[in-house]
Amino acid sequence: MAERLYGMLGEFDSPEGLLAAARQARAAGYRELDAFTPFPIDGLAPILRIPRPWISVVGLIGAFSGAGAALLMQMFTNYDYPLNVGGRPLYALSAFAVVMFELTILFSALAMLVATLWQNGLPRLNYPVFAASRFHLASKDRFFLCVKGQDPMFDDQGTAAFLTDAGAASVERVPP
Amino acid sequence: MSDRSDILPRRQSMGGIADQLTGIPLHFPAERRWVIAMAFASALLLLLMISVTELFTRGVGIWGINIPVNWAFAIHNYVWWLGIGHAGTLISALLLLTGSEWRNSLNRFAETMTLFAVVCAGIYPILHLGRPWYVYWMFPYPATMGVWPQFRSPLEWDIWAVLTYLTVSLVFWYTGLIPDLAAARDRATGRGWQIFFGITSLGWRGSAIHWLRWSQAYRVTAALAVPLVVSVHSEVSLLFAAGQIPGWHSTIFPPYFVLGAAFSGFAVVAIIAVALRSWFGLRNLVTDEHLDVLGKVLLATGLMTGYGYVFEVFDALYSGEPHDMRTLLDRVAGVYAWIYWGAVLLNFVPLQALWWRGVRRSGWALLLISISVAIGMWLERDMILVTSLYRDFLVSSWGKFTPTFWDWSTYLGTIGLFLVPFLIAVRLIPMISIFETKELLHEEKQEARHG
Repeated sequence: MAERLYGMLGEFDSPEGLLAAARQARAAGYRELDAFTPFPIDGLAPILRIPRPWISVVGLIGAFSGAGAALLMQMFTNYDYPLNVGGRPLYALSAFAVVMFELTILFSALAMLVATLWQNGLPRLNYPVFAASRFHLASKDRFFLCVKGQDPMFDDQGTAAFLTDAGAASVERVPP
Repeated sequence: MSDRSDILPRRQSMGGIADQLTGIPLHFPAERRWVIAMAFASALLLLLMISVTELFTRGVGIWGINIPVNWAFAIHNYVWWLGIGHAGTLISALLLLTGSEWRNSLNRFAETMTLFAVVCAGIYPILHLGRPWYVYWMFPYPATMGVWPQFRSPLEWDIWAVLTYLTVSLVFWYTGLIPDLAAARDRATGRGWQIFFGITSLGWRGSAIHWLRWSQAYRVTAALAVPLVVSVHSEVSLLFAAGQIPGWHSTIFPPYFVLGAAFSGFAVVAIIAVALRSWFGLRNLVTDEHLDVLGKVLLATGLMTGYGYVFEVFDALYSGEPHDMRTLLDRVAGVYAWIYWGAVLLNFVPLQALWWRGVRRSGWALLLISISVAIGMWLERDMILVTSLYRDFLVSSWGKFTPTFWDWSTYLGTIGLFLVPFLIAVRLIPMISIFETKELLHEEKQEARHG
């Protein structure tokens, strides 16, 4: 083989078909699997052994940074330019709460957006699977299971036969 | 049919939905009607530009505001627009978290509505500044004057709240849009469309692990957006409640404002839902069931807003404070009594028809009631401002407020500022969430199969 393929793409016409095939692939010993679906499929993550994402942790870090930044900013501005308004306290936490809350949300939401894109490796406008002739259906009503070329079990003929046996409506090689 | 009724007709296919919804931008079905609407909206936008030019040239004196009524149209339209925006976030975020599937046909355009309503709201305080070129003074930057913004004032909280709300709404909207932009990219045949959707979809490919991260980000952002809505409109109400003006200085204000915001916003969502579904023939996705639920939500938020009205009166009476009583009397029997009773009438009387199922399921009836509510809530915001201000503590400073031509032209102009980008969005992006609709359809079919 001149160059290793990106993988072998099997097309299924229902989420159930995809789930069953993914389960069989795991059982057959394939480890480097991915699926491409038009909407998130419940129950796919445990089969493909996808670890729990930690986007929410990033969101939490963002939240604390936002709250901290807002508090420090408001403390500092009142320290640097103290203004006595009817003898009210300079460092008025109750008055600072609103901006603190807003920045908590703002930083958290932005951090999660950036983290999601970053971890997903997006934006990346081209990707090997797009070369597959039927892949445009992955955003319509078809569900694709991909056995990647780097899988130690990957074998051009064998994997194609396996996917067909698992019920794939079409099987296609994805060039690297 | 299964025992629990489905909200989407099950006799359609996923592929059909994808083609139908991506087809709206790609093979636009209502070109002529769109051009007519766009011409009308652009005329309004032009009116706004003229009004703003006039305003920036001559100053806020061109409006009817003066002492004692120094906050009128600018602030009341600000509150009104922002309130409309809130329903979009509530539909999208709150109903996503509670798993209410009927949101899936409504959330996209409701969120789009939010974005542009917030833009309309956001420009008003700037227009009202008098010296709008100093708006950057609101931000904490190391000024040569050595001063900082005053963070203990609700006026300063305002800009943080609105800008945060705008940004988070944009993030939430775009995050939800990415998979649908990818669906449109894969259906697009024209070169221009392929480039547009190709770039905006960021190369989304629907990989399982991507979906997992995406879902987590989307749901957590939704969970953040709900308290954000409550905080933003509560903060807006503090612009009033933190002052000592009778009729403003009341603890009912934050919930009263938030509920009123949701009420007016749901009315506008209903208007847009009815308009879009008849415009693009989307009856299979925005069904009578959807209108039914929207009608119920409108009725519920309306009754809660009604509670706010009752409590406002009670608050004044219970306080026994002469100025509060005076303001109450001015509202119900003063020269602006028609605004008060107009608000009560338009907000709550036609609303009662929504108790009947047949009315809720009729597009026309819901449309008319919603328009009545939108106008009623507009009058309410006007009532809160003008009737509280026009009779000050001192009899010598009593006055009146009459809107001028420029007050009206600016207000009508912001409707153009809302409609133009909204119509462009209708033209360019899928206005109903494609993948969420498919997900729902799949669930329904599965449920039907397993009984």
